[in-house]
Amino acid sequence: MVNLSAEEKDHVTSLWGKVDVEKVGGEALGRLLVVYPWTQRFFDSFGDLSSPSAVMGNAKVKAHGKKVLSAFSEGLAHLENLKGTFAKLSELHCDKLHVDPQNFTLLGNVLVVVLAEHFGKEFTPQVQAAYQKVVAGVANALAHKYH
Amino acid sequence: MALSAADRALVRALWKKLGGNVGIYTTEALERTFLAFPSTKTYFPHLDLSPGSAQVKALGQKVAEALTLAVDHLDDLPGALSALSDLHARKLRVDPASFKLLGHCLLVTLARHYPGDFSPALQASLDKFLSHVISALASKYR
Repeated sequence: MVNLSAEEKDHVTSLWGKVDVEKVGGEALGRLLVVYPWTQRFFDSFGDLSSPSAVMGNAKVKAHGKKVLSAFSEGLAHLENLKGTFAKLSELHCDKLHVDPQNFTLLGNVLVVVLAEHFGKEFTPQVQAAYQKVVAGVANALAHKYH
Repeated sequence: MALSAADRALVRALWKKLGGNVGIYTTEALERTFLAFPSTKTYFPHLDLSPGSAQVKALGQKVAEALTLAVDHLDDLPGALSALSDLHARKLRVDPASFKLLGHCLLVTLARHYPGDFSPALQASLDKFLSHVISALASKYR
């Protein structure tokens, strides 16, 4: 559960309404792979990840980024029950994908940076603070079923 | 994880572009940190942390000077930051996790103000630079 005030919820949903999920998803995942190259360990089958331009232009990265951010988007519609919403995905990331939950925190913070880059002035400290709560909540929910 | 020649070039170029405005961005980064990560406020009970506070601006200026010092001494960060490391280890004793939070908010601030410049490569180099600064700052802790 994320503890957002009514004002914070408003900040989150009104900004998200303007987000191009496909574009931002690809951007965020791409930047994760560039800034923290060890995260590439999960994507051996994605082809050329040898340079920032190769990563950012990689079709599989873009497609997967869209998938990930669409799931995140789904979470935003259920902020009062993130653990329930992400229960199945949590099991998947633990049992099948074997992803260290630290990666969820890394991706969440990269997403915040991408939103700042896209929205500039609109991404005020208050809006950022609300989003930090959301990404932390999502990361927590995704780690919840780990065993 | 050493800073490559490319990392140094990108960081130096950005700092040149920031010019005399570094303090504005470090102040905004502090403001963002205090708002998004309230635990960081515990180190400043003696300061007025409200938005626009002159004390936060002064603190921002100190951080700016330290980072500029770091950029000017990329070849020897531990040496250049030795005195600051002593200060943070002996007197201030800030948990190093908090430095990471400020580092993140500085990246957010720069992305917000310089979207055209904030390429993935620059983000990577800046992130590396900041983690080196943090490492140097925490080097005397124990």
